[in-house]
Amino acid sequence: MLSYSLKRLLQAIPTMLIVITIAFFLMRVAPGGPFDGERALPPEIEANLNAAYHLDEPLPQQYLRYLGNLLQGDFGPSFKYKDFTVTELILQGFPVSLEIGGLAILLALVIGLPLGIAAALRRNSAIDYAVMGTALAGIAVPNFVVAPLLALVFGVLLGWLPAGGWNGGALPNLVLPVLALSIQQIAYIARMMRASMIEVLGSHYIRTARAKGLSERLVVWRHAIRPALMPVVSYLGPAVAGIITGSVVIEQIFGIPGIGRYFVQGALNRDYTLVMGTVVFYGALIVLLNLVVDLIYSALDPQIRYDD
Amino acid sequence: MTADTLSPDTAPGAAGDSLGREAWRRLKQNRAAMASLLLLSIITLACVAGPWLTPWGLADVDWNAFNVAPTLEGGHWLGTDANGRDLLTRTLYGGRVSLSVALVATLVSLLIGVLYGAIAGYLGGRADNLMMRFVDIMYSLPFMFLVILLMVVFGRNILLIYAAIGAVEWLDMARIVRGQTLSLKRREFIEAAHALGVRDRTIVTRHLIPNAIGPVIVYVTLTVPKVILLESFLSFLGLGVQEPLTSWGVLISEGTDMMQTSPWMLLVPSVFLALTLFCLNFLGDGLRDALDPKTR
Repeated sequence: MLSYSLKRLLQAIPTMLIVITIAFFLMRVAPGGPFDGERALPPEIEANLNAAYHLDEPLPQQYLRYLGNLLQGDFGPSFKYKDFTVTELILQGFPVSLEIGGLAILLALVIGLPLGIAAALRRNSAIDYAVMGTALAGIAVPNFVVAPLLALVFGVLLGWLPAGGWNGGALPNLVLPVLALSIQQIAYIARMMRASMIEVLGSHYIRTARAKGLSERLVVWRHAIRPALMPVVSYLGPAVAGIITGSVVIEQIFGIPGIGRYFVQGALNRDYTLVMGTVVFYGALIVLLNLVVDLIYSALDPQIRYDD
Repeated sequence: MTADTLSPDTAPGAAGDSLGREAWRRLKQNRAAMASLLLLSIITLACVAGPWLTPWGLADVDWNAFNVAPTLEGGHWLGTDANGRDLLTRTLYGGRVSLSVALVATLVSLLIGVLYGAIAGYLGGRADNLMMRFVDIMYSLPFMFLVILLMVVFGRNILLIYAAIGAVEWLDMARIVRGQTLSLKRREFIEAAHALGVRDRTIVTRHLIPNAIGPVIVYVTLTVPKVILLESFLSFLGLGVQEPLTSWGVLISEGTDMMQTSPWMLLVPSVFLALTLFCLNFLGDGLRDALDPKTR
């Protein structure tokens, strides 16, 4: 398994290289530059700035310079957040996003999976309709509606929890953003788990298990749940990458210092180094999580083996 | 909520029924899906025709009614915003934008995705490998990065926003169609049809396309709400359509700013958006049940 993981990570290097190349050149051909502001800079100052950041060099040379720095772990300085390197920005923001996103995913799994399983086991019952109706509502109401409503009701009207702010990650400040992030995930996971559970329960080996007289509890727990988890696991791979890299909406509404905003602001401000930093970071996370998904797959399904 | 309790007289396989007609009959038995279809038609019709029927224009200011709550008197049934503009009219106009974004973007993603996926699956081998590798690479790029770059390159032209959204939404569609093409190519029932001497053209029209089109249609009904949400999300960030035009996302974003003093400004567009998404999801579920050959 270790050698398989190593091989997969090595295979990811060319993919990452292509991702970096595409992002680098797309960003540079987009109109505008990092020093466009409300007021145009005097040409001499702009020339000096360009020289300081090596933006006056030919594009291929800049590209090679960036790759060289990247190999040494240097993401470069941010253009917009003066005095900060991209590495500093990401290292400061990521723990915050990871904490909120990780808790939201955990909450979604703890609530969504049992709901989905219960709905599948009592298909077309009142429980099933209640769960699926709620799940649909969770999908239909976007988080930029849910988040301000939560802040209004629990933060302002009832005053139970702070309506915003981070406060160093104190527990009361975590509740609302985690809730707002997880509602949609709960809905997705419950729906997906119900659908795959229904499919598994209709398969031949479940009929066999029932035919040989296993109790319903054993059938469900020993034979049905493990394979039914697989679609959820493969959904979670990219979903986790998206959620732990922060949500710009949640960060904006609750005033949370995560990294979600860098994805949007970096591209909008043509903060070249910051954008590249987020792209590399996100790409690496995707690669890593896809590997984790495949490893979990082999744990769930004995037919899948990766020993070579 | 599915149609899996068919009564005998509507049992499938009755002679001479086309697959489309059979699917439609199964869909008609799904009350949730039919109610959704009806409600969706009403919302669409209201958004298309409504703005001509209300006495107010998109940017008309009623100087006697700033920030008025929904009321039957005075003609502002759903209230006005802080600038005295009729909220019902603005929501209906916003619906035009949101719904047409969804339609155009979905069509673009359908066109690219189906072509790309079918070609990759049909060619197979090295070409397939290479094409799907490219899809993997696109998946590894942060979605927001692509959308924002496309919008920067194409400017704030609303038509191009549609196209840009469609151009980043085709990846899933390509994967689905490729998977379908690959597995259908070597399925037993295709082989059996070959063995029975059925003509290639009949195999394609009678067996291949009906089996591949189901997941595609279902996925389309799921793409439409995704695109509406995405457009709203971009508008929420201030990247979507510009004043005086509006969309549900823009209205929701304006409503969040005013929600403590004028909650109706958040609730009205949110309810329209949520109802539309709700109906589209129900319809998608119903279509999946109606089209899935396995549930027949």
